[in-house]
Amino acid sequence: MTDISSIPTAAPRAVTTSITSGSALMKRRNAAETRFKAYGIAAIVIALLTLAIMLFTIFRDGTSAFFQGTMSFPVTIDETIVDKNGKRDPADMAKVTTVGYARVLSSGLVAHLAEKGIAVEGMPEKEVTDMISKDAPARLRDRVLADPSLVGQTITVDAFTTGRVDGYMKGRVNREQAERDSNVSVNQLDLADKLIDAGILQSKFNWSFITAPDASDLRPEAAGLGIALMGTLYMMFLVLIFTLPLGVAASIYLEEFAPKNWFTDLVEVNISNLAAVPSIVFGILGLAIFINFAGLPSSAPLVGALVITLMTLPTIIIATRSSIRAVPPSIRDAALGIGASKMQTVFHHVLPLAAPGILTGTILGLASALGETGPLLLIGMVAFVTNYPASPLDGGFLDPATALPVQVYSWASRSDPAFIERSSGAIIVLLFFLLIMNVAAILLRRRFERRW
Amino acid sequence: MHNMTDTSSSASSNRIAIGNTEPEVKVKARGVHVFYGATEAIKGVDIDIYARSVTAFIGPSGCGKSTFLRCINRMNDTIPVCRVTGEILIDDENVYDPRVDPVVLRAKVGMVFQKPNPFPKSVFENVSYGLRLRGINNKTELAERVEKALRGAAIWDEVKDRLNDSALALSGGQMQRVCISRALATEPEILLFDEPTSALDPIATAKIEELITELRQRVTVLIVTHNMQQAARVSDFTAFMYLGELVEVDATSKIFTNPAKKATEDYITGRYG
Repeated sequence: MTDISSIPTAAPRAVTTSITSGSALMKRRNAAETRFKAYGIAAIVIALLTLAIMLFTIFRDGTSAFFQGTMSFPVTIDETIVDKNGKRDPADMAKVTTVGYARVLSSGLVAHLAEKGIAVEGMPEKEVTDMISKDAPARLRDRVLADPSLVGQTITVDAFTTGRVDGYMKGRVNREQAERDSNVSVNQLDLADKLIDAGILQSKFNWSFITAPDASDLRPEAAGLGIALMGTLYMMFLVLIFTLPLGVAASIYLEEFAPKNWFTDLVEVNISNLAAVPSIVFGILGLAIFINFAGLPSSAPLVGALVITLMTLPTIIIATRSSIRAVPPSIRDAALGIGASKMQTVFHHVLPLAAPGILTGTILGLASALGETGPLLLIGMVAFVTNYPASPLDGGFLDPATALPVQVYSWASRSDPAFIERSSGAIIVLLFFLLIMNVAAILLRRRFERRW
Repeated sequence: MHNMTDTSSSASSNRIAIGNTEPEVKVKARGVHVFYGATEAIKGVDIDIYARSVTAFIGPSGCGKSTFLRCINRMNDTIPVCRVTGEILIDDENVYDPRVDPVVLRAKVGMVFQKPNPFPKSVFENVSYGLRLRGINNKTELAERVEKALRGAAIWDEVKDRLNDSALALSGGQMQRVCISRALATEPEILLFDEPTSALDPIATAKIEELITELRQRVTVLIVTHNMQQAARVSDFTAFMYLGELVEVDATSKIFTNPAKKATEDYITGRYG
């Protein structure tokens, strides 16, 4: 019981502590805090540095994959070679193989060089014509077959040079190596210098790196990402339409409707565990169930999508549940309190408020699925595919295809350095898509974000 | 520690006659027990709530006031482990009858919560939501009824020009009155207030209290409050609950001046709780 009168009015002056001179304890404490801050900054600096080094090496090695040494020279499409009968009958013309077109290209190049007076002393003609990529005749053939009126005319052809000459232009191949390399000669490099000076050989942006299918070891210069991109696109589309409804429905049920009992607890524990299962395990599951049991074709985007759906669902369910849980209970109370049913509460109020979180979670789930390689190797998407899958309406989801990360893997495992360069180039494309998806996640989040 | 054994109040002893006419009983609770899992949160409550009056529920935190309130419109249904036994009759119909649709019940028994909880939508959408749920989509009718509800909650003049602005842009007191309008829009017969002013400043509180006094003309009001002065100011009857039991219920003037139980007196005079 305290009473006002009992407080001493003239108490002796208490010993006061100075607030300007710190004690040893305080100094130690402050030093510890400074140290802790320094650790944090150091961790962030290391992380950023690693990221910068990674991006730097990828762009240093990969940017050149988008450019390709290309020779431009006039070629006369010789009727006696490509259309002996002179009837312009497509079926007849199709009988002429790329060997014939290679002769057309070679004579065109030789004639052009003779006309310009470009030559290297003592260089056989075969070495000159070998500088044209083995892919070039096939492209010329496609072009002529598509437009038979070109026969007999002189047209300008952009033909890729070989991977080695291209490598010389990019500084990857030098004369010392060329002496020991059976695929390229010093003469060819000398001629390449002259062609560059004459403006015949140029490094051009290579659209076919993005559109063309993969190519064999003999012509790395022709290899492209076309099929991998289509396969990835098909898969991501399917994964999105599989995971979003399934994931959101499962999350809503578990969060809002499911009774709390041992069974739902079990489901919950399993979902968390599934998110941590190594992806290769899902690949084996896909192989066993979708291919061996259900009999779906291997290498198909549909199978890839199913496997990745299984893998991504737990992540999406966890993200969706946490954003549903983040909706304040007071909003649910408000809706229920004026007579909304459980479902109306969820669909009118909870879902719209959780939408930004759900969308972000889904997109980030898809982004991690985009880079998934392991399970796709097991279901055969690592195959060498040169035919584009058909459009989705024609069953394209069941046609063989590869995927971007798998293409990175298969190029990186080939011996020719030109493929290594393309592997880095493919990583740049992959990173570009990841960037787009992350930006989309941020924009959607901004668009739907509401405060409460 | 205080001796709380003397709480065997029967329903009949809680009856209060006002004047000569027997007042109309709106809500009648008989032997209400509420369990959260194994814990008994309410241990047998019998009470009569009179129509068009304000009944305040007071008592220390955790005594079951809010739980009891949420039994009346069955908001406790949303808690999976919650179990209610006994009877709560509104106009002689049991709220826990299996034939009762909670959605219909909650139109008749509106609720206002402790923290203002408008939807993150416009004022108009907030107030019209309950009407839309009941299938009213006619624009003129909605506009009329929203205006009526907003006037009923004494906030029409403040928001009539910003009906399409977000309700979250309003002040706390305004938000709470929008929430009251939202509950009033469906023309409920009973309104439950669960500590409606605990998050508000004194001026906003005064407005809400004034509003509650006005509402008494039309609806039956039950209010849970921690503020003893508030109970004294706005209510006709006061019920004191302690540890899940209804200790005493009587006319507010009697409870605050001459309570029958010592526990009530101790609580009101601030000796514990």
